[in-house]
Amino acid sequence: MSARDRILARLNRSAPQQPPALPDVGSWYATHRSSETPADKARRFRHYIELAHAEVHAVSRNNWADTLHQVLKARGIDRLLVAEGTPHGDTALDALPPRGIECSVYDMAIEAWKSEMFTATPASLTAARAAIAETGTLILWPNEKEPRLMSLVPPVHIVLLDASNIYNTFFEAMTAEAWNNGLPTNALLVSGPSKTADIQQTLAYGAHGPKELIVLLLGEKA
Amino acid sequence: MSEHTLHFKPAEGFRARSKAVVDNPFLRQSFRGAMDFLMSKRAAQFPDPEELESLRNLGEAIRQYNLAKLPDLLERLEANLTRNGIKVHWAETPDEANAIILGIIQGHGATRMVKGKSMVSEEIELNHAAEAAGIEALESDMGEYIVQLANEKPSHIIMPAIHKTKEEIARLFHEKVPGVDYTDNVDALIQIGRNVLRRKFQEAEIGLSGVNFAVAETGTLCLVENEGNGRMCTTAPAVHIAITGIEKIVEKLEHVPPLLSLLTRSATGQNISTYFNMISSPRKPGEKDGPEEVHLVLLDNGRSQAYADEQLRKTLQCIRCGACMNHCPVYTRIGGHAYGTTYPGPIGKIVSPHMLGLDATAGLTTASSLCGACGEVCPVKIPIPDLLIRLRSEAFSAPHANPAMRGQGAGHSSLISAIWRGWALVYRSPALYRAVSWLGSRFGWLMPSRQGAWTTVREPLRPAPKRLRDQLKERNKA
Ligand code: SF4
Repeated sequence: MSARDRILARLNRSAPQQPPALPDVGSWYATHRSSETPADKARRFRHYIELAHAEVHAVSRNNWADTLHQVLKARGIDRLLVAEGTPHGDTALDALPPRGIECSVYDMAIEAWKSEMFTATPASLTAARAAIAETGTLILWPNEKEPRLMSLVPPVHIVLLDASNIYNTFFEAMTAEAWNNGLPTNALLVSGPSKTADIQQTLAYGAHGPKELIVLLLGEKA
Repeated sequence: MSEHTLHFKPAEGFRARSKAVVDNPFLRQSFRGAMDFLMSKRAAQFPDPEELESLRNLGEAIRQYNLAKLPDLLERLEANLTRNGIKVHWAETPDEANAIILGIIQGHGATRMVKGKSMVSEEIELNHAAEAAGIEALESDMGEYIVQLANEKPSHIIMPAIHKTKEEIARLFHEKVPGVDYTDNVDALIQIGRNVLRRKFQEAEIGLSGVNFAVAETGTLCLVENEGNGRMCTTAPAVHIAITGIEKIVEKLEHVPPLLSLLTRSATGQNISTYFNMISSPRKPGEKDGPEEVHLVLLDNGRSQAYADEQLRKTLQCIRCGACMNHCPVYTRIGGHAYGTTYPGPIGKIVSPHMLGLDATAGLTTASSLCGACGEVCPVKIPIPDLLIRLRSEAFSAPHANPAMRGQGAGHSSLISAIWRGWALVYRSPALYRAVSWLGSRFGWLMPSRQGAWTTVREPLRPAPKRLRDQLKERNKA
């Protein structure tokens, strides 16, 4: 018998015949969390992610690239990693180089340029799939065009979020989008820049991931 | 294995280690301060007692539902992970788990592993096994990195370096990290750790992590963290190995949000952690990063023993938030190292006996005033005090056939049992009770004036010269 069979046999001997009823997670959320208007969700999202030390800029479809440019210039950053072939990546590729910001793209497997990614990529731009108001959380689903390390390695991570994609809760996001039918290789919740309180409970930002998280919040006006 | 290798040692020496901490005002102050901080942060996250209580009820129901279906769910998890391309391994003991992990590493000819925070990897002492096999096993969680540099063990399951002051860490970095000047600026210290570890994330061939929740229906491994080192370990190296206890499983993805909320709010008083990382497959064709191989090691190590008993099974509801230790008056005074087990504090006292046997842990079950704080804050409502009483009776009752636990009766003493039997006899018979209490009131002065630990800070125990019944009789007459 293998370790697997022995473990399962032991558990099967003692597992209860009748499992308890399936807990009703949905009704807990229905009674304990309210459904807010889009404006309130955006406000709540912003409040919590700012508490977690992220910087939020309200932008519109026409001006977000200008804000992106200002954010980079204010930090003296002249190089941005973008996702080619995505609408936001292509907008950045059009708008930034004429203004003196070089755009690099993630066009080959990381093995070919790991050290450049780690040492010569000061900032990145990705989109968020959605967000969660309750906790001030971005939902990212990295993919072929926008791979996983883009939102992790560069010290400054800039995220474009459409305010109409903000859910009330994590529960609402996963049920509305039926995540149980299949998740991508990696799905992420990000709720601020990387941080640690491991030295004498003193909060420090930029432990291993981005030191700064900047959200460009796309709304109707602004 | 280096001569500095520090093993977890179970209960032997528990009293001496506890006394050493109690006698050290600096350590006591730092634990007191840290626990006060964590308790107030947790309290601030639960302003509404009704919400807290109903969420705890839901958390308890979710954990009990999933434990009830554990064997089925493990098979479903295995099937779905396998379908997603993640390889599943099973280990009954720490040795088996280490052999599996080293086998994977050596199969790749690899020598460098970076580790995200994983208490299960501490439980199997993976770092020692790796070191013995010539593999570098580097901790990358800042707290774990600090205790590893100091050749120590974590003293708290959430905040591993909670026993160290920033000055100690400053000296440690200055001595152990090449080219680092002394600084006790926390931001500067974190930058030093960041720079060292960023190089390691690039170079390591293997990334190791724990698992907070494994979702059976989707075949997903979920990791909770703030630093980003967990994401690094599970994304940058070519191979990711995750290890978890067999109990950390939920059937449905929708079981995750309430447990995640309970976990981060109870643990560090955050409404959510900075990162929640859900991994469902290795790198797919066309994807440009992420590990080519993902493995999951499922470890039993005594958990199936706890599972076999309906009451003891509740131990497995634990989501490892650490709130029970933050609120424990014993933990706050003696710190994490005194216990000598991987998991300290109340959760350590109820789970370690299944991993190490009651013979090694009988003393731990008595290190509680049964004040009940742990059970009151536990986000999944584990009745920790009841379990402690149960474990005491398993440890100290006379050995019998078919015990529920390894090491049952290990603390048994015939003398003490005889004394309790005599006590019970006296309390069952009114005549005997009258006679004995009369003798006590007459000969109480014969009690020794030094009564062991009791009299180090208290008056000696002596029966009153007049029994309560006699005093009442006199008062009624008057
Ligand atoms: S026993 Fe409860 S309070 Fe203690 S770590 Fe586990 S879940 Fe948290």
